[in-house]
Amino acid sequence: MTDVNTSGVPAPRENPDREHAEAEKVSTADASGDAGTTNGDAVHTTGEATPLGATAATAGGAPTDRDGGAALLLTLFVRNLWSANTVTVTVLAIVLALVIGAILIIVSDPDVLATFGYLAARPSDALNSSWAAVSDAYANLFKGAVVDPAAVRDWINGTGGWQPVFAPISETLTYAAPLVFTGLAVSLAFRGGLFNIGAQGQATLGVILAALAGFLLPLPPVVHLIVALLAGALGGALWGFASGFLKARTGAHEVITTIMLNYVATYFLAWIIVQDGVHAPDRTDAISRSVDGSAQLPRLLGGDLRVHLGIVLAVAATWAVSWLLNRSTLGFELRAVGANPEAARTAGISVARTYVLVMAIAGALAGLGGSNMVLGSTATALTPLVVAQIGFDGILVALLGRVKPWGVALAALLFGALQAGGNRMQSYASVSLELVTVLQALIVIFIAAPALVKAIFGLRAARVARAQMSMAKGW
Amino acid sequence: MSTVTADDVAVAVRPGFWTRDRKVGAGAVLFGVVAAALFGALATGADARFTISEDAGGAAVAIDGTLGAILFGLIAAAAGAALLAGVPTRWFTPLLGVAVVGVVLSFLCWQVSAAPAGQNFMPLVNIVRGTFILALPLIFGSLAGVLCERSGVVNVAIEGQLLMGAFCGALVGTIAANAWVGLVAAALGGALISLLLAVFTIRYLVDQVVMGIVLNLFAVGLTGFLYERLMQPDAAAYNQPPRFEAWPIPVLSDIPLLGPALFSGTIFLYLALVLVVVIHVALFRTRWGLRTRSVGEHPTAADTLGVKVLALRYRNVLLAGMVAGVGGASYTLALYTFTKNMIGGKGFIALAALIFGRWSPTGALLAALFFGFADQLGTYLSAINSKIPSEFLAMLPYLATLLAVAGLVGKVRAPAADGKPYIKG
Repeated sequence: MTDVNTSGVPAPRENPDREHAEAEKVSTADASGDAGTTNGDAVHTTGEATPLGATAATAGGAPTDRDGGAALLLTLFVRNLWSANTVTVTVLAIVLALVIGAILIIVSDPDVLATFGYLAARPSDALNSSWAAVSDAYANLFKGAVVDPAAVRDWINGTGGWQPVFAPISETLTYAAPLVFTGLAVSLAFRGGLFNIGAQGQATLGVILAALAGFLLPLPPVVHLIVALLAGALGGALWGFASGFLKARTGAHEVITTIMLNYVATYFLAWIIVQDGVHAPDRTDAISRSVDGSAQLPRLLGGDLRVHLGIVLAVAATWAVSWLLNRSTLGFELRAVGANPEAARTAGISVARTYVLVMAIAGALAGLGGSNMVLGSTATALTPLVVAQIGFDGILVALLGRVKPWGVALAALLFGALQAGGNRMQSYASVSLELVTVLQALIVIFIAAPALVKAIFGLRAARVARAQMSMAKGW
Repeated sequence: MSTVTADDVAVAVRPGFWTRDRKVGAGAVLFGVVAAALFGALATGADARFTISEDAGGAAVAIDGTLGAILFGLIAAAAGAALLAGVPTRWFTPLLGVAVVGVVLSFLCWQVSAAPAGQNFMPLVNIVRGTFILALPLIFGSLAGVLCERSGVVNVAIEGQLLMGAFCGALVGTIAANAWVGLVAAALGGALISLLLAVFTIRYLVDQVVMGIVLNLFAVGLTGFLYERLMQPDAAAYNQPPRFEAWPIPVLSDIPLLGPALFSGTIFLYLALVLVVVIHVALFRTRWGLRTRSVGEHPTAADTLGVKVLALRYRNVLLAGMVAGVGGASYTLALYTFTKNMIGGKGFIALAALIFGRWSPTGALLAALFFGFADQLGTYLSAINSKIPSEFLAMLPYLATLLAVAGLVGKVRAPAADGKPYIKG
């Protein structure tokens, strides 16, 4: 019974020292062999155990004592919860970002700062005013993104309709939809070993073609929408293909080519808006004609709420990308190339073809994201800023979602919520929307450096090395 | 480029007839002939006057529009033909230069001669001075890139460093009511972004490109947030940065054409030019430069020989941030007050200039000037009601860089260890 329980350690796999320390703790806790074998099985099934872990698991003895089992499982659960796994690091990164955001709110508020002038005399003033400023901002962030309790109360009392209750969620989903697409575009390329910074440019081309198809082609309702979406995907695919082709043929680094193509696309958009036939005839500023109603994505919850079909398409796209990555031949080749191009080539996979295909598909996804911006409810006409930042935000979303399709969808939801809540925060608490950008960047910075989060919170290390963040390949 | 494709290898092993020089030469011939034919046909018989002053007056070089367009186009084609004929490789760069300048002049002859009557002149002083002013942030930015990337850290955060520099320069300069204090603050602001870049990429091994992109967004958000919270409500207190006045250098500023453009600028112009020289000399003639380059090419070997790889990278990245920060201040402490996202992509053009200039300080300077010229040309052409959309001219730097990295205009090659974190052991 004494040498049994080294196997009861599912989490740590990289660091032999830590594993050793862990083993000691567990055996002193006099845990049961039952839990030991269960967890040993877990180690086997995940198939990721280091040789050390594997030997320990096989060396595990027979179960004899069942009393401590539940207690051990609980301890392990708590310990795992507080180890630096993906979820914990993500949550703590968000907390850290919110804390820094709060500091920014305080130091940039002259009224609050004034109370710090006499901090020594009356510290409560400074604390109260800081708390008021921060809680007001974050409460509005929440109310704008998830639900406003006042609206719920009104609905229950019968003084308000149901729309205000769902309005925040509707806004969140509206902002999330395009981010899902661009996030998927970035992560798909990531998995293929390419860093697609060009989602912005690809989305821009998507926006242009989708809008052109939306107001130049006279088509019946459903067909028109499909054609416009396809046009958007085609535009993005074209732009992605250009980077993939240059990479495959000349070895030009995709980071450089996509950055350059982003700007080419931006200027192209600025140019095409003011051309005859595109420019809105009755306007003097840079805005194009409006997309026909037949090409617009239908709203899901009636005209008052902005959420539209795009979010459904986004979920479908997430599923499709997940299938493509994990179930299809192309996905397998893509991951093989991403993991090791030389090995993939040796195995008979055409690396060049994979690069081109991956970039074209990623571009198509980003193009669809762009289409969402002009066929949905955010805008119906081209303007120089119609694409907003969805391409660059897509990079953050992809990183936050650990470049996994469903992770990306969740990350996009969070970013959409921040955006929607940020709007309310700006108008109700007069805290600039830019704070949201800061929060988003900070979250991703902390996510990208799990070692830092670990150090700050004194977490045990765990499986974070699997996060696939490192694309360190240089130019 | 770190990724070598199969085609690459094949080309390197057996050049065949179509060497890079010949391909470029063929391209130049094509461009030259098209320029001569197209621009020659479109140009008018009016004189295209290039005046050495700020207006129509003064000494000028005048040439018949049609004649000039055809002549310069043919010169470009001739340079291309020489390349095609297979001259020694050392002639490649000068001949390519002749071809590019020829096509540009042919284009200008058309544009200037076709301008509305009375505007058939191009004030060269304005153009050259504008080129330098527009190139300034690009020079600082690409020098920041050189410092970083020569020691093996990819610097995509130039945009953020410039922006932070501009912001800190404006904020602190205003509060202190002193441009010099603002300048120091700008350098520190750029260094702050650099510090984050360095700590996260060197200490925590976060991917350098990822970190650069995220830091750009961080800088945009942070400066935008503080701008809206502090500067916008109370511009007088936070956003009235003092200006560095122009300092004409005696005697030198009287030289025609170059004097007004080069020797009567602000401190930033001189600083940029001095920095190019200093960094060039330091990089290729000093112990520090040798170490920097060795760390960027082969850190393991450098480490074996006793160079402190990580310390050197930290130092260079911080230096780069300071240089870029000063570049950002060239906006707020000389030209404008701070506005949200005022750098507007210049950091990425600087990155393009760095790559186009092949990771060398002088190359970066020339590329920055070329991009600045394209920018200035856009302004000029829209002033003479040209039919060329300014958007396409604005695309030029990016397209040129695309061509450069695609290997169409010579091969660009980054420092071997650029972007690879160094793990001792």
